[in-house]
Amino acid sequence: MAAPVTRAEVLKIYKTMLRESSKFSFYNYRMYAVRRVKDAFREQKAVSDTSEIQQHLLEAHRFLDIIKRQAIVGDLYKFDKLVIEVENNKKH
Amino acid sequence: MACRNVNVHNLSKLVRYFSQKTTEQETKVASRMGFLKGKPLYLDAQATTPLDPRVLDAMMPYMTHSYGNPHSRTHMYGWESEEAVETARQHISNLIGANPKEIIFTSGATESNNLAIKGIAHFYGAKKRHIITTQTEHKCVLDSCRALEGEGFEVTYLPVRSTGIISLDELESAIRPDTALVSIMAVNNEIGVKQPIKEIGKLCKSKKVFFHTDAAQAVGKITVDVNDQNIDLMSISGHKLYGPKGIGALFVRRKPRVRLEPLQSGGGQERGLRSGTVPTPIVVGFGEACRIAKEEMEYDHAWMTKLSNLLLEKISKNLPEVVRNGDDVHTYPGCLNLSFAFVEGESLLMALKDIALSSGSACTSASLEPSYVLRAIGADEDLAHSSIRFGFGRFTTVDEVEYTAEKCIKHVKRLREMSPLWEMHQEGIDIKSIKWSQH
Repeated sequence: MAAPVTRAEVLKIYKTMLRESSKFSFYNYRMYAVRRVKDAFREQKAVSDTSEIQQHLLEAHRFLDIIKRQAIVGDLYKFDKLVIEVENNKKH
Repeated sequence: MACRNVNVHNLSKLVRYFSQKTTEQETKVASRMGFLKGKPLYLDAQATTPLDPRVLDAMMPYMTHSYGNPHSRTHMYGWESEEAVETARQHISNLIGANPKEIIFTSGATESNNLAIKGIAHFYGAKKRHIITTQTEHKCVLDSCRALEGEGFEVTYLPVRSTGIISLDELESAIRPDTALVSIMAVNNEIGVKQPIKEIGKLCKSKKVFFHTDAAQAVGKITVDVNDQNIDLMSISGHKLYGPKGIGALFVRRKPRVRLEPLQSGGGQERGLRSGTVPTPIVVGFGEACRIAKEEMEYDHAWMTKLSNLLLEKISKNLPEVVRNGDDVHTYPGCLNLSFAFVEGESLLMALKDIALSSGSACTSASLEPSYVLRAIGADEDLAHSSIRFGFGRFTTVDEVEYTAEKCIKHVKRLREMSPLWEMHQEGIDIKSIKWSQH
């Protein structure tokens, strides 16, 4: 039986995933990743079974690796910003 | 870069633009220059969808060090590729409720449609010389049928009602003893209408006619189950569900067995139905895309519904005389086809150049002819000319949809103000009743 997952552990991976998601240089990937991570944690908020939490945590780590790798891949090539990003920057 | 028509004066600006370091500076310069306002937003998800980063992540190893031929049986390189291909096949069959052995990899939905229609016709052609399809099918289905007509087959092109949906009674009365195949698409690529696939499947089964469906726009987006819906053959495309381009599949039922004549001869891969080395990297990507689609279907569908309702609500609140083409209920929400009366679709597309949109199918977007799908649902010529298809995907954001709605409202209003026909309509003149005379 694995040790129970602490609240701090879950919060840590959540924050790391959000931080890494925001590193996607492509607007649509970035927005999706942030939205998906937030919704996934919200959906699983009510899960109380220890082994199920363990399972979700493993999945989260697997996703975190994908996010990190793919954010790097996206950064290797230079693209124009989308018109919506340019206009949003102008407003600020 | 979007800067083909730069003059020398702008060129120096351009050089400065490229020498800027931070993104903040870049965007400032870009917006000041006017002609470099950024890349258009993408709202054409029926033409293709962007590759999901998770899909690319699964593909990368097979584009680099795992390069074996999946058909090589004598070494490790072949084995690992074969295993990856079979895992992908499993994911695809899971998504549609099939057996992995029933999945044949092809180059895409066009090839799958050709293989299904021509394959059935050629195999059973000695006794069965009749095929049924609809007027709103994709070009590749209609063209395959046209080719078979040249070979002496008879084809019935079923009409659709104004909602874009076929009538089951008409289908039933069109089925003859020598009918080999009924081919009806699951979700229309132009108007997003869903056909009653389950009912059609049941009817075909009772009449002992093979049923093929082009589900390129449906698989991964709505629930498709080949056993529940009695589908005998089904075409799937990789790049419509966030997978790579150049890969698709044809589901071919094994029990009861559906037999096909292959289109090409060769090494006998894919049960002899599609010879040629199976392209491991894109097959892996396709498989991963299907796995994700199964997991995310509910989540994605809710998102599409939200975006679609948002756009429709914004536009219909601010613009009169907007018609939605197709059915309101039996429709996939990720595809919204609207006609803006008194506005020429092409002019609106030009005005909305910072949004990637289409007036219909990508295959026919080069011609100015109104779409045959809109004509088939009985849309007036002028409304067919004024249609725009909005296609949402997993990666579309609320901001993008709001931006699109705003621009759309602004430009439709502007174009209508310039139109004398709109002015006459405002004054209560019925344009259709006018007798235009030549002097």
